Amino acid sequence: MTELTMAKAINAGLRAALAADEKVLLMGEDIGTLGGVFRVTEGLKAEFGEGRVLDTPLAESGIVGTAIGLAMRGYRPVCEVQFDGFIYPGFDQITSQLAKLTYRHEGSQSFPVVIRVPYGGHIGAVEHHQESPEAYFAHTAGLRSISPATPHDAYWMIQDAIASNDPVMYFEPKSRYQRRGEVDLENRGAAMHESRVVREGTEVTLVGHGAMVAVLLQAADIAAEEGTSVEVIDLRSLSPIDYEPILASVQKTGRLVVAQEAPGNVSVGSEVAATIAERAFYSLEAPVLRVSGYDTPFPPAKLEGVYLPDADRVLEAVDRSLAY
Amino acid sequence: MPDAAKPDATTQDPVRLLDEHGARTASDRYDPLIADLDDHALAGLYEDMVLIRRIDAEGMALQRQGELALWPPLLGQEAAQIGLGRALRSDDFVFSSYREHGVAYCRGVAPVDLLRVWRGVSVSGWDPFEAGMASPQVIIGAQALHATGYAMGIQNDRERDPATPDSVAVACFGDGAMSEGDVNEAMVFAATYQAPVVFFCQNNQYAISEPVSLQTRVPLADRPAGFGIPSARVDGNDVLAVTAVVREALERARGGGGPGFIEAVTYRMGPHTTADDPTRYRDPAELELWSARDPIQRLRAHLESRGAFGPELEESVAARADQVAAELRAGCIAMPDPDALEVFADVYAEPHAELDRQRADYARYLGGFVS
Repeated sequence: MTELTMAKAINAGLRAALAADEKVLLMGEDIGTLGGVFRVTEGLKAEFGEGRVLDTPLAESGIVGTAIGLAMRGYRPVCEVQFDGFIYPGFDQITSQLAKLTYRHEGSQSFPVVIRVPYGGHIGAVEHHQESPEAYFAHTAGLRSISPATPHDAYWMIQDAIASNDPVMYFEPKSRYQRRGEVDLENRGAAMHESRVVREGTEVTLVGHGAMVAVLLQAADIAAEEGTSVEVIDLRSLSPIDYEPILASVQKTGRLVVAQEAPGNVSVGSEVAATIAERAFYSLEAPVLRVSGYDTPFPPAKLEGVYLPDADRVLEAVDRSLAY
Repeated sequence: MPDAAKPDATTQDPVRLLDEHGARTASDRYDPLIADLDDHALAGLYEDMVLIRRIDAEGMALQRQGELALWPPLLGQEAAQIGLGRALRSDDFVFSSYREHGVAYCRGVAPVDLLRVWRGVSVSGWDPFEAGMASPQVIIGAQALHATGYAMGIQNDRERDPATPDSVAVACFGDGAMSEGDVNEAMVFAATYQAPVVFFCQNNQYAISEPVSLQTRVPLADRPAGFGIPSARVDGNDVLAVTAVVREALERARGGGGPGFIEAVTYRMGPHTTADDPTRYRDPAELELWSARDPIQRLRAHLESRGAFGPELEESVAARADQVAAELRAGCIAMPDPDALEVFADVYAEPHAELDRQRADYARYLGGFVS
């Protein structure tokens, strides 16, 4: 066991992947000499050289589009999009190209490209720096989308993403970058697309991903003080979603609250809610409830506490669920 | 002696080695690059152009008869495409748009495979790695980045292992694509990393209905200089000039000289696709002007002037064209519809639990019908 911040854990995972396979390349803006604006790639250019860790021109479509060409030449590029809100100039290359290329090649070629996306709020930044765009990509066939909540998962899941022969969107909850946690460098634990019960309980199930998992655990602690037993599930994979642990939990608790930083309209949380309603109707004692960011642009930093679900908003939904 | 080919003067006339009557123009710079093109090789280029024109005409006819959903014709662009296609080595790699039937033909793609996408039975026509040519791109200009990335890969491979062949990636696109961000980003990346990629822009004067004047106020070949990329403007209806200019750019890229850009000035004689009606936006006089610059007639006149064109060549090429067209038609009509469950195939390279579930659900749904 080693204690690492999430940023250091991802760095260690990238280093392990670079060392294990010489076809792995890192590409992005400021990732080389500077080590990335969040220092996630710190030291990797010095260790592996500029042929493996490429500082690129400032063009997100260019980064993803050239990564596709490199993949056709046998490389396994890992692209960093500097901030969540900067991903849209690369949207066509991700959704119209990368996502569809295995299908377009009728399986004769795979496209093992990873897109790393620091995402989410809680950092008090300006517009385009606190968004949660994961639903766009979870909606797109041909992509896989995952998001770790802990340093341990961050370390292993980045290596899983790079090893996958499919394109993987790897969403990094940037508000958790400097939080420390135990990383077991020997035993990986859950697989890339498994969701996982991170706290057991009996009365209400809470589901979330990324930075929201810490909020849900905090809510569960408060609920326990009030005598309510809450189960918390870390989704980990946003596409495909692993429903089995959620179904098993809901069969036990009969109640489900889904929480996320992203706007609720047509979101990953909506998909979880709809699917559980379809597949576990007779187990439910209350409607599935969602706690989300509002359907507004991400607000100015002084208002982010209004927008981002916190433990109180989650507990208010728990209370509403229990009232049925 | 002044060089009539005017190689670098991109704001002036394009490089031309055959005039409109097939007479050869001397060029100190370009003649050595095509010195190997003897009567036999020229007859080969003639046959390629006649055959691809016939394949294209058959594609048009098959669409009109309801056998294809759509067809984007290359009529008029044969010299640009065959000149490029025949200048490449088998280990080079082409990333094209949807109109490069002539380039695909040169890469060894079976004519019937050119039709698969347009018949609606598949999203691709061939195995890219067998042909050294990616599946044609529909999003305008997107493939320029893929070509650049592939070229960065060649460069990286060669740095790791100098025995790696000095292959070149080629991006084919049209005048309309010059306005797309991806083409411009591709030129930035290619110049920055000095990647071995050749950008081959067929300026066929129109992006559907929009004339090239709507995309640019300067000749397209003037733009790459701003990216630090050497550029040439060539008469795209002159197969000798296209061959020479492409060979020059390929050699420079192979030798570590970085990317190159070629504007092949040509004309789309037909519609954008079978769904288009060019009479709504094109002056018939313009069509007449370009008919007089026909690339096949020009090469034929040149062969005649060399005493290398006779009834024997004409008849053998015509017979070969008839045969290819008949095989193409039969192959198109015999193409089976895909199986319903193909919808779910190859979306991912590895198993995907939720898609597997949808496939099983659909199979069960299909099984519920009484046969």
